[in-house]
Amino acid sequence: MSQPATRSVASNRGRLGWLLWLPPLIFLALFYFYPLGNILGLSFARQEGGWTVAFAQALASPSVLHILGFTLWQALLSTLLTLLLGLPGAYLMARYHFPGKAIIQALTGLPFVMPTLVVAAAFNALLGARGWVNAALMGIFDLSQPPLQFTNTLTAILVAHVFYNTTIVLRMVGDFWSHLDPRLEQAAQSLGANRWQTLRHITLPLLLPAIAAAALLVFIFDFTSFGVVLILGGPRYATLEVEIYYQTVSLFNLPLAAVLSLLQLACTLGLTVIYTRLSARLSRPLALKPRQITQRRLVGWRARLMAGGFLIFLLAFMTLPLLGLAGRSFYGLDSGRERSGEVQTGPTLAYYRALNESRRSALFYAPPASSIAISLGYAAATVILAVGLGLPAALALSSQRESRLSRLLDPLFMLPLGTSAVTLGLGFIVALDQPPLDLRASPLLIPLAHALVAFPFVVRSLAPSLGSISPRLRQAATVLGASPRQVLRHIDLPLVGRALLVAATFAFTISLGEFGATALVSRPEYPTIPAAIYRLISQPGALNYGQALALSTILMVVSAAGMLLIERLRIADVGEF
Amino acid sequence: MYQPKNIYISIFAWFAVVLLAGCQPAQSTEPAPGAPTAPVSASPQELRVMTHDSFAVSEEVVAAFESEYNAQVQFIKGGDTGVALNKLILSKDHPLADVFYGVDNTYLSRALDEGIFEPYASPLLAEIPAEFQLDPAQGALPVDYGDVCVNYDKAYFSERNLEPPQNLDDFLDPQYRGLLVVENPATSSPGLAFLLATIGRYGEDGYLDYWRSLVANDVLVVNDWETAYNTEFSYWGGTRPLVVSYSSSPSFELIFAEQPLDEPPTASVVGPQSCFRQIEFVGILKGTEKRQLAEAWVDFMLSPVFQEDMPLQMAVFPVNQQAKLDEAFAKFLQNPEQPATIDPALIASQREQWIQTWTEAVLR
Repeated sequence: MSQPATRSVASNRGRLGWLLWLPPLIFLALFYFYPLGNILGLSFARQEGGWTVAFAQALASPSVLHILGFTLWQALLSTLLTLLLGLPGAYLMARYHFPGKAIIQALTGLPFVMPTLVVAAAFNALLGARGWVNAALMGIFDLSQPPLQFTNTLTAILVAHVFYNTTIVLRMVGDFWSHLDPRLEQAAQSLGANRWQTLRHITLPLLLPAIAAAALLVFIFDFTSFGVVLILGGPRYATLEVEIYYQTVSLFNLPLAAVLSLLQLACTLGLTVIYTRLSARLSRPLALKPRQITQRRLVGWRARLMAGGFLIFLLAFMTLPLLGLAGRSFYGLDSGRERSGEVQTGPTLAYYRALNESRRSALFYAPPASSIAISLGYAAATVILAVGLGLPAALALSSQRESRLSRLLDPLFMLPLGTSAVTLGLGFIVALDQPPLDLRASPLLIPLAHALVAFPFVVRSLAPSLGSISPRLRQAATVLGASPRQVLRHIDLPLVGRALLVAATFAFTISLGEFGATALVSRPEYPTIPAAIYRLISQPGALNYGQALALSTILMVVSAAGMLLIERLRIADVGEF
Repeated sequence: MYQPKNIYISIFAWFAVVLLAGCQPAQSTEPAPGAPTAPVSASPQELRVMTHDSFAVSEEVVAAFESEYNAQVQFIKGGDTGVALNKLILSKDHPLADVFYGVDNTYLSRALDEGIFEPYASPLLAEIPAEFQLDPAQGALPVDYGDVCVNYDKAYFSERNLEPPQNLDDFLDPQYRGLLVVENPATSSPGLAFLLATIGRYGEDGYLDYWRSLVANDVLVVNDWETAYNTEFSYWGGTRPLVVSYSSSPSFELIFAEQPLDEPPTASVVGPQSCFRQIEFVGILKGTEKRQLAEAWVDFMLSPVFQEDMPLQMAVFPVNQQAKLDEAFAKFLQNPEQPATIDPALIASQREQWIQTWTEAVLR
């Protein structure tokens, strides 16, 4: 791949390139490596004999190896299932025009922001012992016991993972696919290739960088899964992340927790190294095309039927559980009394009204409007930070793909995603404890921590597009007298405009969904929507549960609106320059 | 056209809006209109109070303290009890807060072993029964208690003319087969309390046999209270009418019903040695520079004003004998006849061991 042309452009950008590395590296050093190193060191210091003994003990334990095996196994299964559902969806989104596409895109992104407890409740309303599906099956087949067992099963874990992560495949692969020149496939077909051969020899190889990037992210998310495994999987299943939490919080065995954290990091790193080696070989310069050229209408009843059928299935799976919840928030919940006929339940706005009044004049009560504002504020700050750091990193990676620094740093950029939230949260506590960096109880730490998770997403969303920009385009600009800055502004940025929006959307949703927030110290006077939901859902009483559902519904509406808004921003779509 | 500034301007606008909105709740900590006004000589002194995530308090209660002591109380939530405690232990050298509220008797040993508290012999301890005062060194002072008991769905039993169970033994009765859902003691605080109740009742030698019989009688174990109560409990759309929760939960079902009820729809199994009493403590953190104000806050938490506010805010009950229980609770609250008790020193030394052997016996 090392064409002399690429080198000359790279060297032309030499000075700029160094500057590009700086912001992401400083950020990671301060808010990732420093806290992580600190807590790991401190944890091993609590072990007699130091880290070697801790490692020896952990790796000799059959239960640790068993947990590692299960963690890998469920992540692999979940990722394959996610691709199975996501790729056909990405194809439809990329290649066809049809009404309501933006809405579908936003709806399928909703699971990403929903707190796990709410998603668990949603699935239970659908698939639980007294859920709709079991009720229907019992009615049809006249059964006395619910036939489907959902709680505490591996199926529940897999279903929830697919539910959460399909949007990653839809967005990342879909976006890249929509810019592939369809004439390549048409040419293959006119040369006699059938559809299967075209897919296998033309489309898939071209798509691989995007598929690999999406699969990597999905895998790491599943691999480090916490809430889903804890709540839906039940006590018989544990991932490394769940075990780290258990060892840290329940048993206070910090040395073992540190070993497990490092094991999780090592797996993430190993996987990312394989990925970067692969993607270096896979990505090739392409002439990316504007979507107006690549997309067409669905023609013929068969195509419409198949596409429609698949989309309905996808939408039903991704939105029915959540819509069911939203429905319940408008409906009386006192199920016990409904059974005994004491009270007629019906449509109600009681839960929404209750959200707006503080019945107990609680100090930390916040009306929904202010928690929405606070959540959006953190999300906006996260988007700015993550994109502001991820864009230079992705640009540096793609323009200096062959340099040793680039090959070293690329896998490191993925690490925050594979890091245990509990461990890193404690890292912040021990490392950021003195001025000028005493951020432990500062509201600033929240967007910083969210940006840490969003940063790898931004880099991975941008890398496939940046990697496929033909070097000749940059050369031509340089030859015509464009400065490196102008090349960046007029070639790279417009060409990755869409990918930038995808990246911003991910950063936005990651922050709204509060990934790993439990590990941070929070300031109760700034309650985010998920924090308010947790507060309500963890108390008995219909009014509390109903309010939690109402607030979840508000969270869905806010995130859908936010995603649609970002979609509209259109920084610079291809074809508009 | 390529207009990079648009996105930043819109994002920035959002951010500005939010910062403004974010400031509003903070203003609410100003003294309430009726509160006595303090001498406005100096700017208020800040007191940092770390709590677990379930902490809640009425606005005017805190305002009363703040105006009396010309203080500003900055609450910091550190996560679940265990997570918050770990954070304080790891930040001993540069304390995160001046006071910590929320460590309970199942975690107390970890806090005391790591020495995070400074002793304080509050005069209000005289109003608190000795059975709650578990730390002889008076680093951790009792604030409240709550009883972890099995709750049952009244309608389920009355519809079937089935007598509700009375005590732990009854859960082994075949007529209650498949009816009980409990939480995992390794991941849930009521789950651990219930395990301790069974150890208190059947002893260290007998509790594992009891649990094996429970498994034979088809007990369901889930990881968290929310799943047990909100999805498995029959009152809330599940199939099991018996759930490990708190003795305060039935009252909460009454107070927070969507439409007014005459009596709680659920009740607790409160037979002898069927419940475990969780006691929560407050302590002054070592290294605080606000020792005097911290003492005042601890006294305040033990005083009737704060104690009477707790039940409706946090569903826990006052340890101070002078505090009166809110009417909403007083009427229907069931008091366990004899909560199971275990020597705190024994909990301290055996806690991890019990959880691990329980996991081996019940889950594997």
